Amino acid sequence: MSVVDNNSIGIAPRISEAEVGDFIALLKPRVMSLVIFTALVGIVLAPGHVHPVIALTSLICIAVGAGASGALNMWYDRDIDALMSRTINRPIPRGSVSPEEALAFGMVLTFFSVVTLGILVNWYAAALLAFTIFFYVVVYTMWLKRWTVQNIVIGGAAGALPPVVGWVAATGSLSVAPLLLFLIIFLWTPPHFWALALYRSDDYARAKVPMLPVVAGPDATRLQILLYTILLTAVAIAAWPLGYFGPGYGVVSIVSGAGLLWLAVDIYRQREGAAAVRAARRMFGFSILYLFALFATLLIEAMVPVVGKMVG
Amino acid sequence: MGNEQQSGGQSEGIVLTEDQKRRRRQRSIAIALALGILVVLFFAVTLVKGPAVLTRPM
Repeated sequence: MSVVDNNSIGIAPRISEAEVGDFIALLKPRVMSLVIFTALVGIVLAPGHVHPVIALTSLICIAVGAGASGALNMWYDRDIDALMSRTINRPIPRGSVSPEEALAFGMVLTFFSVVTLGILVNWYAAALLAFTIFFYVVVYTMWLKRWTVQNIVIGGAAGALPPVVGWVAATGSLSVAPLLLFLIIFLWTPPHFWALALYRSDDYARAKVPMLPVVAGPDATRLQILLYTILLTAVAIAAWPLGYFGPGYGVVSIVSGAGLLWLAVDIYRQREGAAAVRAARRMFGFSILYLFALFATLLIEAMVPVVGKMVG
Repeated sequence: MGNEQQSGGQSEGIVLTEDQKRRRRQRSIAIALALGILVVLFFAVTLVKGPAVLTRPM
């Protein structure tokens, strides 16, 4: 059928111009990949045996839930996305997806991800996934983001929850180790985003988003980045002597933590011109590498005995 | 990208352009694939868990 009947409503219905790729863009694939990775670490680190099919099901549900959050975030933030150069090419401001399509897409994915995780894995994990989506969309996007300078500090909890959801999906219970993973991502979020905000502050100012550099100024932001980085590296390293993670993780957390701390000091010292922008960009880029290195090491440490058993 | 509006008689309605039809077909295939994955997922977990698929915490 290529003819849409509009006799009964009197106005021409809107015909969607959206490509499949536009809907994929609504899922924020890059954020999704980080969510999948950290959730996988939560699943693999969890004690006991998880059947690969159950693990894969959990990962798919968590990934789709994260994508749903992204779509709902883009639906709500479409006004400010159109004002910022970083987000102006997202599907809604570009005009390829209507806000109603994005909202429906996000809601349907939310429903299916949570219910499927509940039915096929366990309802504790499903409840936590639902809470994560709620926290990101309602608490962060709708409330904190435009209201307080602490937006990404508190909102960072949503991004920190996937490994906990993964752990709960695997075990049906909670423990200290996944909470440490949560804490590492939670403390990582502010310096990571504030480094970005330092060289994108014009964008945020234009959109009237109260990011720290816009409200408190770049120097106060540099100090906060340094303080959070000290706290982050201390917590990340402490997890090793406290016995939660192995020696490989300990070495990586010390070496990469030293690198991150050095870059945070560099941001604090470089306050003018191109050198300041370069320092912020380096901090932003390295912070992604830092988190990846920590979680990849945890993944390898957890996989080595399993692979060894299979080979032996 | 505009829709071709036809008027008069019983053929009144919106006729999709070739590009709109192509995009709609792609979206339909994507939805079919997603539903297919969902079915396979439920089937696979049912095989893995057996009757225990209905015994979950809470």
